[in-house]
Amino acid sequence: MNSKGKSYYLIPYYLWIALFVIAPVLLVVYYSLFDLDGKLTLNNYVNFFTPVYMRMMLNSFWYAFLITLFSLLVAYPAAYLLTRTKHKQLWLLLIILPTWINLLLKTYAFIGIFGTFGPVNNFFDLLGLGEQQILFTGFSFVFVSVYIFIPFMILPIFSALDEMNLSLVDAARDLGASGWTTFRRVVFPLTISGVRSGCMAVFIPALSLFMITRLIAGNRVITLGTAIEQHFLVTQDWGMGSTVAVFLIAIMALFMILTGSSRKGVRGG
Amino acid sequence: MKNKRKIKNKNGIANIYLVLVFLVLYAPIFYLMYYSFNSGGTMHEFEGFTLDYYREVLADTRLMIIVINTLVIALLSSAIATVIAVIGALAIQHVRSRRAKNTLLSLNNVLIVSPDVIIGASFLILFTIVGIKLGFTSVLLSHVAFSIPIAVIMILPHLQEMSPTLTDAARDLGATRRDVLTKVILPIIKPGIFSGFFMALTYSLDDFAVTFFVTGNGYSTLSVEIYSRARQGVSLSINALSTLIFLFTILLVIGYYYLNQRKSRQPVHIAEPVAEAGVPR
Amino acid sequence: MKQLVNTFLAILIVAFGLMFLASRLNSAQGYSGGNTLTIYNWGDYIDPDLLKQFQEETGITVIYQTFDSNEAMLTKVEQGGTVFDVVVPSDYAIAKMREEKLLLPLDHSKLPNLANIGSKFMDLSFDPGNLYSVPYFWGTVGIIFNPDMTKGIDFSSWNSLWDKRLNNDIFLVDGAREVMGMALNSLHYSVNDRDEEHLQEALTKLNKLSPNVKAIVGDEIKMLLANEEAAVGIVWSGDASEIMDENDKLDYVVPEEGSNIWFDNMVIPRGAANIEGAHKFINFMLRPDVAAQNTEYVGYSTPNVPALELLPEDISGDERFYPPAGITDRLEVYDNLGKRMLAHYNELFLKFKMNKK
Repeated sequence: MNSKGKSYYLIPYYLWIALFVIAPVLLVVYYSLFDLDGKLTLNNYVNFFTPVYMRMMLNSFWYAFLITLFSLLVAYPAAYLLTRTKHKQLWLLLIILPTWINLLLKTYAFIGIFGTFGPVNNFFDLLGLGEQQILFTGFSFVFVSVYIFIPFMILPIFSALDEMNLSLVDAARDLGASGWTTFRRVVFPLTISGVRSGCMAVFIPALSLFMITRLIAGNRVITLGTAIEQHFLVTQDWGMGSTVAVFLIAIMALFMILTGSSRKGVRGG
Repeated sequence: MKNKRKIKNKNGIANIYLVLVFLVLYAPIFYLMYYSFNSGGTMHEFEGFTLDYYREVLADTRLMIIVINTLVIALLSSAIATVIAVIGALAIQHVRSRRAKNTLLSLNNVLIVSPDVIIGASFLILFTIVGIKLGFTSVLLSHVAFSIPIAVIMILPHLQEMSPTLTDAARDLGATRRDVLTKVILPIIKPGIFSGFFMALTYSLDDFAVTFFVTGNGYSTLSVEIYSRARQGVSLSINALSTLIFLFTILLVIGYYYLNQRKSRQPVHIAEPVAEAGVPR
Repeated sequence: MKQLVNTFLAILIVAFGLMFLASRLNSAQGYSGGNTLTIYNWGDYIDPDLLKQFQEETGITVIYQTFDSNEAMLTKVEQGGTVFDVVVPSDYAIAKMREEKLLLPLDHSKLPNLANIGSKFMDLSFDPGNLYSVPYFWGTVGIIFNPDMTKGIDFSSWNSLWDKRLNNDIFLVDGAREVMGMALNSLHYSVNDRDEEHLQEALTKLNKLSPNVKAIVGDEIKMLLANEEAAVGIVWSGDASEIMDENDKLDYVVPEEGSNIWFDNMVIPRGAANIEGAHKFINFMLRPDVAAQNTEYVGYSTPNVPALELLPEDISGDERFYPPAGITDRLEVYDNLGKRMLAHYNELFLKFKMNKK
């Protein structure tokens, strides 16, 4: 971190990193070295490489990937269309607004909506599809997670699209590019930074989702977040919980490095 | 990709798509609001219309104090976090080497990836070591702390998009460091700053686990109250309260928007087009 | 730039205005005065009118704070940094708190109403002699079922859950002790069994239950069962009574092999500031009229004998929640298994969860 010269103004941020990031991380690493009896050991790390945790990790990744993918697929067109509306700033605020209502309440509402006698199943009945089990499936889990994360994806993409110089699109069209080519060669590359920050804002927290796994997926989906929750709050095995957290942080760092290094290639626009 | 067709087919499919997105986003909220009038007492079968839960909420001073606490924490923490996040984004941008940048960015994101229990527990330990009395201060500090990274993520891309020649040019033209910051950089990243603020607000309003651990001495927020009611079953008065908050917020948002628009004859800019700031790309 | 600064200032002004309002409200409620008592309890686990009544009778202002799990509460009490005068943990948490010296001994001379507690609820394994705790509510773990949906299956045994007709029709509560205990009971072992062979046997048996399990859920189990999302649930009796309040089709039974009996109890934690007031409060809650009113509000089973007499027959005579001696004899309190054994229970439970797909 080569902060050059007179950069006093950077101090609050570095102070935050030192106090609220590095200190807790050190604390977590420290805890991960102790077993249940308070003995110094590396056993927790050995434990992590057992099939149970490996499966949990794969699960977490798979679902985080699905959630990010679907969020992107839904959010991109939505953000694009929002930039075309008349009162776009107002509409954007209205996209964020639902996130200010308590999550537990919204989740309870989803349990009602997706339930056997809920409106969705009533609708299915009307269509003659009959009752479907929607709750406690991978589908409902991904759906509700996407619901939670969608504003986090729309917002950065919207900003990027909104900043985009429309004359570039017009120019491309004038030069005879088809709609699809324009999108692929001009629009998307120009908004890639927004997409990237959206994906970051979704994928990273999606790795450690926990409450939804129980409420919506009925513990049919078990992620690393669930395991940490369990260790900290039920078993009170802070050592193992911290170990899982250490891996989670390491994986995130790896993810950052991988996506960070590909930056150069894409930044053509 | 489907959206190409929608771009072309401007009004029809496009509007339907947006309406659908909004419908889904608001569905659970309308569901909650609907049942807040249910005399049956559950979020299941609607028995009859009642306003009892609203009366209950308005008579409950303790709940009102909790709501105000929640708002104060959310507003203050998001504002402070956004300021620090601007600095953070500048710091990350400032760093030249790729490796150092990735390290800094990873450090930035640690709090997003860590589950709330861990953040809460480690902050609690931190505060007790330092000797900060649990309550307003500790909750505010924690909310600032966990809101910073998401705001940084929202601001950073705007900085990265900014051409470095721009600041150089401004400098060459004799602008001071301060001028460069206030006249060039901040206007460009303004949309990111507003996005960051609103995401921080979301984080703060929704947080339960961290607040639970670091609060004390009678201080409570709405999330903590709602989650701890789960064992007894969340009563419909909470639905009523949410309905009130929701309606109030929506009026505030729309009112603020139109007021601002009339005053400046320009929309409120959460995400102001760069072109308007007079910056060529 | 100007807009940014203006917005920032506007936010600060609004926030400080609200803060002022909150402090006015706080002082109007007497929360900032000296004579206060902080109670740390589960959310909505007391009749708020009783808090007001206590306030009027003693002049002590009650600050009510809430938690959502014993473990989270434990962490808070352990770390300190905040004052609680009365806390309401469950039995196993009390054993743990006692071990970690987090509790202050009660002065029984200041609790004359303690005599109201039935003798079978006193002097239990988690707190011999009730040196530290006074029972608040109690209950059992059992099966709640919907006769309309279960085709006449008899649920008087845990083994009835393995019936093929219940495919994808059971909700389990997300607790390792409850689910493992249920499996152990069904094999006629104790809910506190530490024998590795028995535990493995229980896991194997649980895995066979997988096809019948619709989901493993938390507090939302009440809403789900009342909405008839599934026919059967393994629940605490307190939850069962709430579910049955909402949907009277359902019925609750404590299986004959035995089950768990649990207690929530009032204690005074280390670091309490108003010990005198805490005793007053506990004694107040033990008064028959108060306990009866609270029981009606909360709906759990009360250990207070004269209070039970004050309650209407349809509550006090309900054998599902006040089971006769023949059943209570087979109920066991969860022992403190120790960290290792508890972790093992959780590990087995996790394996069972991962097994079902």
